[in-house]
Amino acid sequence: SSELRFKLCLDLWNQIKTETEALQDELHRNILDSLLEFTRKCSSTRQHSDWASQMRASEIPTAALVLGVNVPDHDLTFQSLSELLRDSVTPHVASLQAKECGGNGFRLLIWSLNSTAQILMGTVVDDDEEEEEEVQQPGSRRHHSVLCSLQALCDWYSSKTKARPPRGGTPGKKRSSAAVDEQHRQPPVVIIFKDLEAFNPRVLQDFILICSRYVQRLPLMFIFGIATAPSTIRHMLPNSVSSLLCIELFQSLSCTQHLTTVIDKLILTSNFPFKLSGRVMQVLVSIFLYHDFSVRNFIKGLQVRISRFQALYVRRRILNFHQYACVQRSVKSQAGNTWNDDTLALCRAELVLTTVVFLRMLAKDELISLLQKCAEVLQPVKSKQMKNARVQLEELLAKFKQLDGENIQHEDNLTSPVKDLQKKTDLFQLQKTLLEMNESRRSKRRSPFELLRNEAVEFIDSLVKNHLSPPESKPLYEVCYYSSSATVRRHLNATPRTSIQAALGRPYNYIQNDSLKAEDGTVSNAAPDICIAYKLHLECGRLINLYDWLEAYSTVVSAAEDGDPDSDGFGKVDEVKHARFIRAVSELEFLGFIKATRKKTDHVARLTWGGC
Amino acid sequence: MAGRLEHPGYDEEKLRIVSEQLPCREVQAGALLSLMGQPQQYCYPSLFIYGHRASGKSHVVNTLMKELELPHATVSCVECISAALLFEQVLLAFFGCDAASLLPRSPSLSDFVRIYRQQASQSPAEQTRYIVLEKAELLRDADANLLPALLRLQELVSIFLYSEIVWDKFRPNTGCFEPLLLHFPDYSKGELQQILSKDRHPSYSAEFYSSYVHILLGVFYAVCRDLRELRHLAALNFSKFCEPVAAGKAKETDAHKLWKNIEPHLKKAMQTVYLREVSSLQWEQMEEHDAGALRGLSAHTHVELPYYSKFLLIAAYLASYNPARTDKRFFVKHHGKIKKTNFLKKNEKTSNHLLGPKPFPLDRLLAIFYSVVDSRVAPTASIFSQRDMSVKFVLITCVNICFPLQIPEFKVAVFLFLCRFVLFTSFAL
Repeated sequence: SSELRFKLCLDLWNQIKTETEALQDELHRNILDSLLEFTRKCSSTRQHSDWASQMRASEIPTAALVLGVNVPDHDLTFQSLSELLRDSVTPHVASLQAKECGGNGFRLLIWSLNSTAQILMGTVVDDDEEEEEEVQQPGSRRHHSVLCSLQALCDWYSSKTKARPPRGGTPGKKRSSAAVDEQHRQPPVVIIFKDLEAFNPRVLQDFILICSRYVQRLPLMFIFGIATAPSTIRHMLPNSVSSLLCIELFQSLSCTQHLTTVIDKLILTSNFPFKLSGRVMQVLVSIFLYHDFSVRNFIKGLQVRISRFQALYVRRRILNFHQYACVQRSVKSQAGNTWNDDTLALCRAELVLTTVVFLRMLAKDELISLLQKCAEVLQPVKSKQMKNARVQLEELLAKFKQLDGENIQHEDNLTSPVKDLQKKTDLFQLQKTLLEMNESRRSKRRSPFELLRNEAVEFIDSLVKNHLSPPESKPLYEVCYYSSSATVRRHLNATPRTSIQAALGRPYNYIQNDSLKAEDGTVSNAAPDICIAYKLHLECGRLINLYDWLEAYSTVVSAAEDGDPDSDGFGKVDEVKHARFIRAVSELEFLGFIKATRKKTDHVARLTWGGC
Repeated sequence: MAGRLEHPGYDEEKLRIVSEQLPCREVQAGALLSLMGQPQQYCYPSLFIYGHRASGKSHVVNTLMKELELPHATVSCVECISAALLFEQVLLAFFGCDAASLLPRSPSLSDFVRIYRQQASQSPAEQTRYIVLEKAELLRDADANLLPALLRLQELVSIFLYSEIVWDKFRPNTGCFEPLLLHFPDYSKGELQQILSKDRHPSYSAEFYSSYVHILLGVFYAVCRDLRELRHLAALNFSKFCEPVAAGKAKETDAHKLWKNIEPHLKKAMQTVYLREVSSLQWEQMEEHDAGALRGLSAHTHVELPYYSKFLLIAAYLASYNPARTDKRFFVKHHGKIKKTNFLKKNEKTSNHLLGPKPFPLDRLLAIFYSVVDSRVAPTASIFSQRDMSVKFVLITCVNICFPLQIPEFKVAVFLFLCRFVLFTSFAL
């Protein structure tokens, strides 16, 4: 039945995946829609012949899409963007990536031109076969260009737009919707620069200059994907080039908002039987906040969790059938308990209020608005306890409102010493007042507002504690919850250096050979050469004498080979040992533990510290 | 003024059309014509035209070529990323695609000359053929022999080069055939007025538009003499200018009222649209909705970075601007006493911000990073990937091209204000 389990796991994952994708589409809907609107508007104004737009015709419309530093998420956005563009605006969409246009200088430009042309020509050729013939016929009649150039692209485009009959519709219909038809006949050519910062500025400038020469004949349009800030455009392009563009800015949703929505919709729902314990959640969120801001990586982390979870499940199968039945029954009842309306509502309330619990420093307005939100959440709930809680909340709110008058007075008191401070110019006096202020702050009587705030926070805290016991306290929570945060950390946040050091210091962990077993901190004589060399180098200072090192090495190795310390040849350096040593040293150099120095030719310098 | 352009051998009607299209450039056009001579005469072999941006260089030459129907090939050197493309375009323009397809895959100059000769003998020229090269300054970066060789093509064709850079900067070390120099001076204010008035709005009178141009030049002439920019600005702001007329509040002759209306608007434009802080489209939208403060591109400097990336950036900044000797003092907790007097050398006392960032090796960056971050950080792969990400975003630049075994060196590429901003926003200092 492992297959069945695997299938279940896969199903769950697929479900989560489709859900997240739908969610992300939804989140990007706004910005993508406005981008589409922009492209449509640009291509329609191009065909207008009114005075103002004629004067502006030489500018290339450009959308600067600010996406934030979470690079792994961008792919999905660009993918859905180009799909949408292809579906509704134009078939000619090409995306360029800086690493595809690698290197620097002119080669890159050739590349980008080539790949643009190829992508553009390629897509439509793939579209259907009739068109392929059309493209090739004029191509063969004309000459085959040595290199793809924008000129060739231009010719291709004009032959394409002229040859292609307008899409669908009878001639009568065509006349009635002339503008729409016109747009279809001259669809814009959209070029997407996925990561603008990574492009070589010089090449980008040249590319834009070339494109601007053809913009009259070829309705070009750029989309810049920007990860940092829009001001990078100004750093990359001089005025003479940016004057050829007509840039419009689009700001995407901030990634923290994005993640909150994902957590809200995916993890804090009853739709998925798979839950994360608090610790695991913390690890995932901290990876997100500390390292990459990437929602996609977060979801990937979730995937890892699911697969681990499935593996763990296998072990739990040891439960006999009776127990299994028990589990099922209790799971059902537990599910009934855990996810009734009350707790869901409270859950949301908790989300709102975690900030309050952690930061008791909130200003009054914010606190009141939070409490109000909380009361609203509790409004529709019918059970008695919850009603009680709501009543209490409202009392608290009323008290806060009463406080208003007193509070103002209190603020006056607070500000007065600061005012004094500004008057004094004597250094000694200043120090004295500062000290006094410090004292008074420490021993200061709490203001009524603070007291009330603490009361409110404690109330919420107890409410949450009463109704939301941590899942670990419930029986059989392991069925739904995944809680091994250490494995999560190990899998998602790899530490290459620590694992190299572990491998060199304790080879038994990797090569499961009994002769390698040794006490802590020592390495057996039979360990691989590099481990012995590593161990010996740990005992040296900043500079290592190679000859001493070699001697020590050959002593250790000879002990492993014949083990007779009294014999004549013991510890002698022969050619084989010498060669093995040199290999071990160069491997260590490759791993970055040592390097050659110019100060002393027969020495190497250590690059790492500790471990001895 | 029209009809001043006269030269034997060309149709007078055509010359009249040409001179109509070239206002304020009759002198230069006349000089060009006399250099070119009659169509069947030999022309001076090479001509170098220089002048600032938008001083009418390509416009004059292109109009002459097109209206007088001379055989010519106009090529922009930006586009010729390789000499092959240049040859191909020239052959294509003179002899059609059959000739261009004769070029081998990576043609040399002699290939080009051979094919040109062969084609020219098949269809002998009755008129001089012209090759016109725009943005010729880029030829200096091409192969060393390309420019001298092109100048030597005199036996075959005439070459017109134009550039914004004077010829003195072009001369290759090996010497070459000297072209004839022709300078296009900048347009004067009066000339600008005359040219700008030409593209008037169809629904208003010419006088009205020219008075508008007068006002526009009054504001912008001090900062900008580029015809293209001015034309762009004129187009953008005209709708605002004729707003009172369209609303019936003022007549076309009511100059003072119109001036009052447009002046603050133009001042605003000088700070935004002219600097390209705001694109023309956004400018127009702003006019429609009147949404007072639109932030320009430079105003968006905010970068939202993950927690450790912020610290990496700060560490890179510290490593770039502090001398390495001071690290021990600043970042080690018990560094012992350091004598204040000779702690800093004399040259180190000048502000490091004036000297610019200095390169630093990777291990120094990481050492400072670990001491700046308060808590213990494991040296995980994600920290290194964040460093690479910062390099990719040009927050930090890699100074030496890295061998795999060499320690890479970096430089910080952002300014103080961004670092300070990152600090202040993230740690609420």
